[in-house]
Amino acid sequence: MRERRHARLRHARFDDLGLRRALGDRMLPLLVAAMTFLAGLALAGSAAAAALVRHWQEGAAAALTVQVPTPADPAPAAGATRLDAVLAALRASPGIAEARALSAEELASLLRPWLGGAAGDPALPLPAVIAAHVTQGWADLTALRARLAAAAPGTLVESHGVWVGRLALLARSLQACAWLVLALVAGVATAVVAVATRAGLAARRDAIEIVHGLGATDRYIAVRFARRATLLAGLGGVLGLLAALPVLVALATLVAPFAGPPSAATLPPVLLAGLPALPLAAAAIGFVTAQVTVRRWLRRLP
Amino acid sequence: MVRLDGVALHYQVGRRRGPEALRDLAFRIEEGGFRWLRGPSGAGKTSLLRLLHLTVRPTGGRLVVFGTDIGAATRAELPALRQRIGMVFQDFRLLPHLTAFDNVALPLRIAGRPEGQIRADVTEMLRWVGLARRSGARPAELSGGEQQRVAIARAVVGRPSLLLADEPTGNLDDAQAERLMLLLKEMNRLGATVVVATHNAGLVARHPGPSLVLEQGRLVGDA
Repeated sequence: MRERRHARLRHARFDDLGLRRALGDRMLPLLVAAMTFLAGLALAGSAAAAALVRHWQEGAAAALTVQVPTPADPAPAAGATRLDAVLAALRASPGIAEARALSAEELASLLRPWLGGAAGDPALPLPAVIAAHVTQGWADLTALRARLAAAAPGTLVESHGVWVGRLALLARSLQACAWLVLALVAGVATAVVAVATRAGLAARRDAIEIVHGLGATDRYIAVRFARRATLLAGLGGVLGLLAALPVLVALATLVAPFAGPPSAATLPPVLLAGLPALPLAAAAIGFVTAQVTVRRWLRRLP
Repeated sequence: MVRLDGVALHYQVGRRRGPEALRDLAFRIEEGGFRWLRGPSGAGKTSLLRLLHLTVRPTGGRLVVFGTDIGAATRAELPALRQRIGMVFQDFRLLPHLTAFDNVALPLRIAGRPEGQIRADVTEMLRWVGLARRSGARPAELSGGEQQRVAIARAVVGRPSLLLADEPTGNLDDAQAERLMLLLKEMNRLGATVVVATHNAGLVARHPGPSLVLEQGRLVGDA
């Protein structure tokens, strides 16, 4: 039983075409490693852009700032100040999750970088500032503006969603670029494997013609090339991933303050799931490209 | 077994059609038959053997081997037919990176035989051609005669139905040549169809048999 298994293994590894020399174990793995390294960076760029978009949209885009000039004056509707009227109108509006007027201390703290000690002067005619949060998907800013202006004319509503939307568009463009880079890297890796396979075919032309004459099928020959190319491309994929990991962790540490709390200085889950797929993708590219290249080349033989 | 009707062969020179190597060949070899293939250099003997070995297709006429019309057969049909053909090349065509053992084992591995059977058959075949002690040597470490014997062992180890030989005694001394002829005759006696191309008139005289005679790509004798 053991001898039979050994025999089968020997049969499977039998290098009758001499591909260990024809498809050397240096250049192809190194080139694929470089491609995998770039793919890892592109994947990280895409994941980071997606994380930033998500973070901004969940945070700043969901916030509204409402300024109410002369907040203590009576509102057009009797019995309330302008601030109270605006707060009441805000809380009654659909899509508003929370609305809170900033305290005098919070306002002074916001103005201190510009006004210094004068920021706390009660004689300053400051508007009241209300921080509000909207529910997800809310977009009816025009109606809200009209409603608040009716409650207290001159009220200003500033949505953070506009500039967050622009930033999100920028981030999505970066994400698209990252996917384009990934596609280009995959294309270059395919070309590298195809060129290496063609070089192997040229180097082993005589051997291929001999085994072809002895009755080898296209599959018999293509599988041998594909097995070798898969091994070398997979090896390159692992090397490239190992080289990319420390760089990605360093970049994640740099990006963390912009993307979330300090504890988020590790690789995002989507990236942790995607990175191990890179060597597998490299190996798959090696297998498919070698198969297609060899089978196409073999068509010249009868 | 083998039938040719008006077979022609042109080699391609780049994209152009090259000179005619064979033309209007018509003959039959029955199953278990034997033919010497004779003719001067350049007569087309090697081209005819390549046709019969199915490594080129006829460019005209009809070639039928093992009942299959080779001109009409698909590429996928040919490997199984080639596995039933043994070929001894004039230039040996051994794989330089393989040992004598692995060169002889090659057709059996391609045919998917179990490794245990391969070991027994190849060992026996190497013993028969007198190379049992050289089984681990690569072609570069073997003399011309030894390489020829490895090539012969590789051609017959799979017990082919059609055995082709192109100047198989060219690198052998008389004793080895006689030994090879005994092997070929034994294969023929066991049912293989055998075609041997040779210049060696003495060999043909010592082992008389029907001959196909080629001249300038045409068959001028079949007797």
